[in-house]
Amino acid sequence: MRKTIVLCLLLALVLPLLSGCHGSEQRQSFTVPETFDETRPLEIVFWAKNDTNKTQTEVYQKAIDDFHALYPNVTVTMRLYTDYNRIYNDVITNISTDTTPNVCISYPDHIATYLKGSGVVAPLDELMKDPKYGLGGSEVRFDAPTEAEIVPEFLAEGVIGEHTYAMPYMRSTEALYINKTFVEKLGYEVPDILTWDYIWEVSEKAMEKDADGLFTVNGQKVLIPFIYKSTDNMMISMLKQLDAPYSTDAGEILIFSDTTKKLLEEIYQHAKSRAFSTFQISSYPGNFLNAGQCIFALDSTAGATWMGSDAPLMDIPADQVVPFETVVRPIPQFDPEHPKMISQGPSVCVFSKEDSQEVLASWLFVQYLLSNDIQTAYAETEGYVPVTLKAQKSEQYLDYLSRKGEDSAHYSIKIDASELLMAHTADTFVTPVFDGSASLRSAAGQLIENTCKSARRKEEMNDAYIEKLYADVTSLYRLDQIEGNRAAREIPAGSKALLIGIACVWVVIGAVKLRAAIREKKKK
Amino acid sequence: MKKIFALMLALVLALGVACAEEAAVMTHDEYVAAELDTPVTVETYVQAHQSWWDGKITVYAQSEDGAYFLYNMACSEEDAAKLVPGTKIKVSGFKAEWSGEVEIVDATFEILEADPFVAEATDVTELLGTDDLINHQNEFVSFNALTIEPSKIEGDDTEYAFLYSWDGSGTHDGNSDLYFNVGINGQTYQFTVESYLCGNDSEVYAAVENLKVGDVVDLEGFLYWYNGANPHITAVTVK
Repeated sequence: MRKTIVLCLLLALVLPLLSGCHGSEQRQSFTVPETFDETRPLEIVFWAKNDTNKTQTEVYQKAIDDFHALYPNVTVTMRLYTDYNRIYNDVITNISTDTTPNVCISYPDHIATYLKGSGVVAPLDELMKDPKYGLGGSEVRFDAPTEAEIVPEFLAEGVIGEHTYAMPYMRSTEALYINKTFVEKLGYEVPDILTWDYIWEVSEKAMEKDADGLFTVNGQKVLIPFIYKSTDNMMISMLKQLDAPYSTDAGEILIFSDTTKKLLEEIYQHAKSRAFSTFQISSYPGNFLNAGQCIFALDSTAGATWMGSDAPLMDIPADQVVPFETVVRPIPQFDPEHPKMISQGPSVCVFSKEDSQEVLASWLFVQYLLSNDIQTAYAETEGYVPVTLKAQKSEQYLDYLSRKGEDSAHYSIKIDASELLMAHTADTFVTPVFDGSASLRSAAGQLIENTCKSARRKEEMNDAYIEKLYADVTSLYRLDQIEGNRAAREIPAGSKALLIGIACVWVVIGAVKLRAAIREKKKK
Repeated sequence: MKKIFALMLALVLALGVACAEEAAVMTHDEYVAAELDTPVTVETYVQAHQSWWDGKITVYAQSEDGAYFLYNMACSEEDAAKLVPGTKIKVSGFKAEWSGEVEIVDATFEILEADPFVAEATDVTELLGTDDLINHQNEFVSFNALTIEPSKIEGDDTEYAFLYSWDGSGTHDGNSDLYFNVGINGQTYQFTVESYLCGNDSEVYAAVENLKVGDVVDLEGFLYWYNGANPHITAVTVK
């Protein structure tokens, strides 16, 4: 009997330890090969993302060709996407069939989900530091950046848990593209950094109409003074600027707060007056901006070539374009003295493969994407910024910046957008990355989208509405299924196991007592 | 007795409220007249749909009195398989406009028992470039005897009959949309093969990939709108 009790007690003690192992990292061990094998052909599949931009695909293709010239036994095959979510979905599908690409453009949020499949994504720590094939290693056949030459803020974004799983490839932020002509016509000056109060005030002022029902400021029937492209970013940035809760690093969801409620109530008012709208509801901010139907177009710096009446890329007929002066500013702030803006843009990850030579070839290709020629050529296609200090300080990139406004390749708004990010790199932030963080991002935007739609549909905004909105969004994005969030709200698994163990012990003790009592009764 | 009477009265009232809450089905004219951002309910027939994606489906629908574009309608993958051309559905959602395209969003649907209806293409060739074309928005239409005009890529003098993506940045393997220019009466229009509707394994995709500048073609498709007419072509016949 004592043995049984001891066993139960042991079980109670061991269970928490076992549950502690659950979900922990079970990576395949990867050792950087001593030498890169150039005697046999290696096929690398690269899934890339472009902004539907011919020059970007040409940069990728040139990188592939030039890399092949350096490493003739490595053939890189590219599959092009124009949508991050499609890449994400395809990777998830291919993880189950073990047919992931070798190299893939990704967001760290997505990589966190890929990591749920143990050993799927190769940790890059060993590769980065390898003296021969690491960043700027002795055997690398091109001028690769060293670790110190990568912008530290951008490099840190690829760290998930205790390991680096992604290298930054390009970085952008969001910018406010402003029709300065209209702002001044409304009687305002454009400050260096706008506040949210300012943008709401000017936007509401712009809603004034003349006797014919036309908007006074543009003389047209259509005007949406303020359009935000990514409402995910809008909510995330507002919360960050207010230092308000969003999530913990472990994945506990904190977004459904009173601060969020207050923000939604403010947004509701401006959506109701139609002074504010979103891309999902109305369309691309740039199209309205260029047609003189928007004053504040908030979009990525990687969309700068579409912004302004002289923009090199245009999505509306030429006869609809209205001439105006465009200026670029950081996104609106709650505290202009301490601006905060999101860091975004593609990163690149390497998928684990059984053949370590294949992984090494993939890593070398990733490094090649960080070399100066590729970094500067790709960054110049849009308002991106190279992710290496080496490229940012290179002669070719400085020459590019110095030629601002010279021609469409040096479109001033595009270069202004890039300079904005370079000037504010220290003010950028990213949100915590965990399995489910991509869903939380979408949920953040959905709160705004639903609020705006409700305002337009004349639905009432009150506490009950907010409560239902929070519940609907939680359900839609399965936020209650996120491990970190569930764990935070539930009794910790270890404690649960301990309690189960103790219960087991009591059951056994009870059974023994009962058995003894029955025997005693029988004896009598 | 009084109790029974009161009970029956309550039942009748409850039934009345329930019936009143079920939105009335609109004719196409009533739909056109409805304000944006208001709830709409229509009965219509599936003509085609884009690929199902993440619990949503985008449907080109048409009745005898007009057409509808049902954007990202909530739909299970199982139900998506039932949405074959001709299927009658009852759709409830909100009327919206996105870059000139009038559509029903945030919609739900139910499949109705009815004889199928598949619309014949309306020839709108003569309406190209006129203000009347928008009256056929979203309908299944045809354009006849148009000439394929060259498309160009920035920095490249080659004359292409079509482009993968609007600027030539796409690929066949990437299942990019196809863009091509057609001309008639001295005017040029850009048409699209929307790859979520007709992908790179479809006949029309292959037909467009085989076009040559100068070909004279008859086209069929759905009259989608994006800052102007932007038909989603589903069939090409080279004359």
